[in-house]
Amino acid sequence: MIEMLSYPFMQRALIGGLFVSLCAALLGVSLVLKRYSMIGDGLSHVGFGALAIATALNTTPIFVALPIVIIFAFLLLRMSENSSIKGDAAIAIVSSGSLAVGVIIVSLTKGMNTDLNNYLFGSVLAMDLSDVILACVLSVIVILLFLLYYHKIFSVTFDETFTRAIKLKAGLYNGMIATLTAVTIVLGMKMMGALLISSLIIFPALSAMRICKTFRAVLLISAVISCVCFVLGMVLSYLYDLPAGATVVCVNMIIFFICSIFKKS
Amino acid sequence: MQISCENLSISYEGKTVIDNLSFCVNKGDYLCIVGENGSGKSTLIKGLLSLKKASSGKIFVDSKAKIGYLPQKTPTQKDFPASVWEVVLSGTLNTKKFMPFYSRAQKKKAKDCLEKLNILDLKKACYRNLSGGQQQRVFLARALCAAEDLLLLDEPVNGLDPVAAQEFYELIKNINKSGTTIIMVTHDISHALKYGTHILHLSENDMFFGTKEEYLNSDLCKNFGGGKKL
Repeated sequence: MIEMLSYPFMQRALIGGLFVSLCAALLGVSLVLKRYSMIGDGLSHVGFGALAIATALNTTPIFVALPIVIIFAFLLLRMSENSSIKGDAAIAIVSSGSLAVGVIIVSLTKGMNTDLNNYLFGSVLAMDLSDVILACVLSVIVILLFLLYYHKIFSVTFDETFTRAIKLKAGLYNGMIATLTAVTIVLGMKMMGALLISSLIIFPALSAMRICKTFRAVLLISAVISCVCFVLGMVLSYLYDLPAGATVVCVNMIIFFICSIFKKS
Repeated sequence: MQISCENLSISYEGKTVIDNLSFCVNKGDYLCIVGENGSGKSTLIKGLLSLKKASSGKIFVDSKAKIGYLPQKTPTQKDFPASVWEVVLSGTLNTKKFMPFYSRAQKKKAKDCLEKLNILDLKKACYRNLSGGQQQRVFLARALCAAEDLLLLDEPVNGLDPVAAQEFYELIKNINKSGTTIIMVTHDISHALKYGTHILHLSENDMFFGTKEEYLNSDLCKNFGGGKKL
């Protein structure tokens, strides 16, 4: 285990991943409670398409992916608020559509086919130093904003109509949650994979909701579960030579079942 | 006068649900808004809260009067992990500009509201585990935290058993007696006639606004069945 920490790529993956896990856990609570879990899933697929485009254009992936995913975050939010379009169907269209575009671009770009797996399912080797620094900086911003606006985020999550009625800018806080989610997904995608990153948002929140009774406790426990699962997943993946992203998700799944049983007993 | 509407029309999804409505509410009034489903009761409430724009006409709300609102429950609240304290405190969020923490004054206000409604012992309870009547009291406390001048209540006894509903009506009556203006959307016409001072009856083709006594003599009341129940 000590040996694991001596590899620079492992150090980068652990530090970057921990920050991303923390952000995902905090935002996940709000998203899950607002019934927006699928938006996180949709966004990660958009991220895959954006990442493919960026690589094809030979630019820094994150700077292309970030704006595209943020734009789609607002789009999906608008869609799910608009009752004339069915929100879940809209998300499904955007998800599979961007996945399809991404796959086509990847197959058209020479020498990228081998990377497809990494994009979809993630790779610990994917985080380079600039990724880690960016992940840390953006994560700190996410966490700070979340702490500063914590009470307003609670209010808008619990009861949006009431929040609007007392003249708070509910739209602003919804937009903030969407933007922060987009940032978190783009940051975590390279390591966790486009198909797996959304579980980082959903699982810890769901597990914490099983065992906690207050919003604050759910947030704290969700953050703890997320970080513990991430480290545990990384260690297991290192020891048994398993894919990192998938292992983290499986650990999260096990914790979720344990929490569910705990709730019943 | 705290609220007045002049020739107000509001559309919802392209359809005019409120057409040329005029009424006014004075301090201390207890106005009950009654009418069939789809007659625009909730839309009117949203209009008064400026959550919906008027397509024509005017809504005047006294700028000094702060409005507290008790909305209908949303499906997401059914399994929402939040303590009563967290919910009630969120009602005080309108009293400050920007602060990451609740001030002492906000906490005191929330505590006072809980005390007033006799639910201080529920402070640490989990909102989702409460009975329907208790949940409505928590929402009422939150609304009182936001404002004590005027309360807008959107079908507050929906889904409550008769005993809990009766208790809730008594609470509202006492709050009204202490000087808070009440505007309540309700299906319960007998309650409206028992407690209300004024009635606003919305209907697709017709409407009525006036005191309870005037309403009892109106055709709309007789057709709606209100007369029979008394």
